[in-house]
Amino acid sequence: MQHNNASMRGVCAPHLLSKNTPAALNNNTITLREVHDTPPGDFAIWFFIFAELLAFGIFFVAYAFARARNVELFNQSQQHLNIAAGAINTLVLITSSYFVVRAVAAIKQNFSRECARWIAAAIGMGGIFLAIKLFELYAKFSAGISLSTNTFYMFYLSLSIFHFMHVILGMVILTAIMLKARSGGYSAKSHTGVETGASYWHMVDMLWIILFPLVYVIH
Amino acid sequence: MQYKSQAVAKPYFIAAIGLFIGQILFGLIMGYQYVVGDFLFPAIPFNVARMVHTNLLIVWTLFAFMGAGYYLIPEEAETELFSPKLAIIMFWIFLVAGALTIVGYLAVPYATLARMTGNDILATMGREFLEQPLPTKVGIVIVALAFLFNISLTVLKGRKTSISLVLLLGLWGLAVFFLFSFYNPSNLVLDKYFWWWTVHLWVEGVWELILGAMLAFVLIKITGVDREVIEKWLYVIIAMTLITGIIGTGHHYFWIGAPEYWQWFGSVFSALEPIPFFMMTVFAFNMVNRRRREHPNKAATLWALGTGVMSFLGAGVWGFMHTLAPVNFYTHGTQITAAHGHMAFYGAYAMVNLTMISYAMPMLRGRSANSGPAQTLEMWSFWLMTVSMVFITLFLTAAGILQIWLQRMGSNPMSFMDTQDQVMLFYWLREIAGLVFFVGLVLYIWSFFCKKGEARFAA
Repeated sequence: MQHNNASMRGVCAPHLLSKNTPAALNNNTITLREVHDTPPGDFAIWFFIFAELLAFGIFFVAYAFARARNVELFNQSQQHLNIAAGAINTLVLITSSYFVVRAVAAIKQNFSRECARWIAAAIGMGGIFLAIKLFELYAKFSAGISLSTNTFYMFYLSLSIFHFMHVILGMVILTAIMLKARSGGYSAKSHTGVETGASYWHMVDMLWIILFPLVYVIH
Repeated sequence: MQYKSQAVAKPYFIAAIGLFIGQILFGLIMGYQYVVGDFLFPAIPFNVARMVHTNLLIVWTLFAFMGAGYYLIPEEAETELFSPKLAIIMFWIFLVAGALTIVGYLAVPYATLARMTGNDILATMGREFLEQPLPTKVGIVIVALAFLFNISLTVLKGRKTSISLVLLLGLWGLAVFFLFSFYNPSNLVLDKYFWWWTVHLWVEGVWELILGAMLAFVLIKITGVDREVIEKWLYVIIAMTLITGIIGTGHHYFWIGAPEYWQWFGSVFSALEPIPFFMMTVFAFNMVNRRRREHPNKAATLWALGTGVMSFLGAGVWGFMHTLAPVNFYTHGTQITAAHGHMAFYGAYAMVNLTMISYAMPMLRGRSANSGPAQTLEMWSFWLMTVSMVFITLFLTAAGILQIWLQRMGSNPMSFMDTQDQVMLFYWLREIAGLVFFVGLVLYIWSFFCKKGEARFAA
């Protein structure tokens, strides 16, 4: 499997370069395209990512089928969702993903402390996401809505809570990586762990980017 | 055999095979009762034969799991077993308790057995697969705890490997989830919840961890592939098992009075349950293809590969067939379920036990592998049992499809018993396939006593 990263400035670990990597020397900085033979991070995480995407994927497809059979009900229920909260949360997660990207870039330049700080920022954004989401769910539960209210709310609540738990798991993973990075456990040469956590976090982000328009926006 | 105390596994394996024979005999009796309803009546009524058939399956699997634990843990922990004596005492307690239970099932009516064994003190009896009288259930808990105590302390004082940790997790889970069988609320919905928390969380949860650990152990031994590679596979497989299997319990909640959303949860998560089984297949073949040594025990390799394939077909494919709620609405409790049950249990648990026994028994008898002729015999038994199980499954599937059509889908649905008359042909064919299975089992036993060419393989 091949995976191309966008051009990234900075010194890169030599072991990531394959023989025919096009690398352009430009004064003191090196602009290069990394070509991985395998996906970034530990290969095992990609099994999980694949499985998670499959589970969410089946849920999304089921949602589509259920919606097609109850368009009225879905449209009507969707109007009661807090789109603003969902939109803010989308921005929050995308920002957190950017922070994770910065963390990976930092460790590739051997900046352990900076890497840990970027990850801490990403975890903070995750916390903001959870807070907003809790506020949103609290409003729904206070209104007496439950999994048994109707098919739409069954999907809305299941998908929300299912994704919520993944955000928590992602934050746990990121915290473990942050602690290791802070104590100098990663380096430019050896940072598979950071990439592993980053890959998982991007997946959590990406799922929300699908979930938000699907459940909140598309009528 | 590297450690003397591994020898305690031997009686467990022998007892397992003995009970396996009993299970198949009662299967044959019951299969015949499907076509000749009053066969052996009133001595052995159908419901008793069925109970003995399924209970023997559970008990021989437990014997084999324990044997596997006692064999595998010292070798993984690189130290002698904490207490071989305790293991032998527990063996006899379990064997006697198991035998008395079966005698009880056969000798007195079930209601009388319930009265005799204190079911009025704590009512636990009468639930499918968990029919054991209270003293037997308590006995199972004591034996399981003593066994876990024994192997856990062995691991604690020795090397801790992923295989032994996964095995311990699975076996502790087995013991903990069995405790739900002691709670039998009078509310039928609650009753079913607790019942499934034993039954489902066993076979589609913690038993899969035990299966994965046993398969990984045998694969390391026969292929010589690096432990790191095999352990990574094991971790991913058990993670997938737990991710899909735990919420997958929901596929039993469809029609028991649980909230409707379980139809979605159960369908989605259990639809993913074939994944760990598929990975198990890929795992087994991948490791054997990458083998770094030619182990003389070809039969064990065959069983390991067979486990991968048959567990995927039986548990994965035949399970998926009727796991989605809209499909299960029609198939629930028909012969489709029986087809799935047979192939899944044989493919996953019977076969992994036979894999372990096939690998360990020659070692326990002082040689690295059985002689060529003995292995040939064992491989014949593999093919006879496996192919006849495929046919049993196919015949039951055909019976199930016909049953659903006649009884639940046509414009003039037939009654249950009228439908049974219509699918009789498949029951006959199933019984014939069952007889072939029994022939395979006889060859299997025979392979243990085959003396031809033995000298060459002495370790």
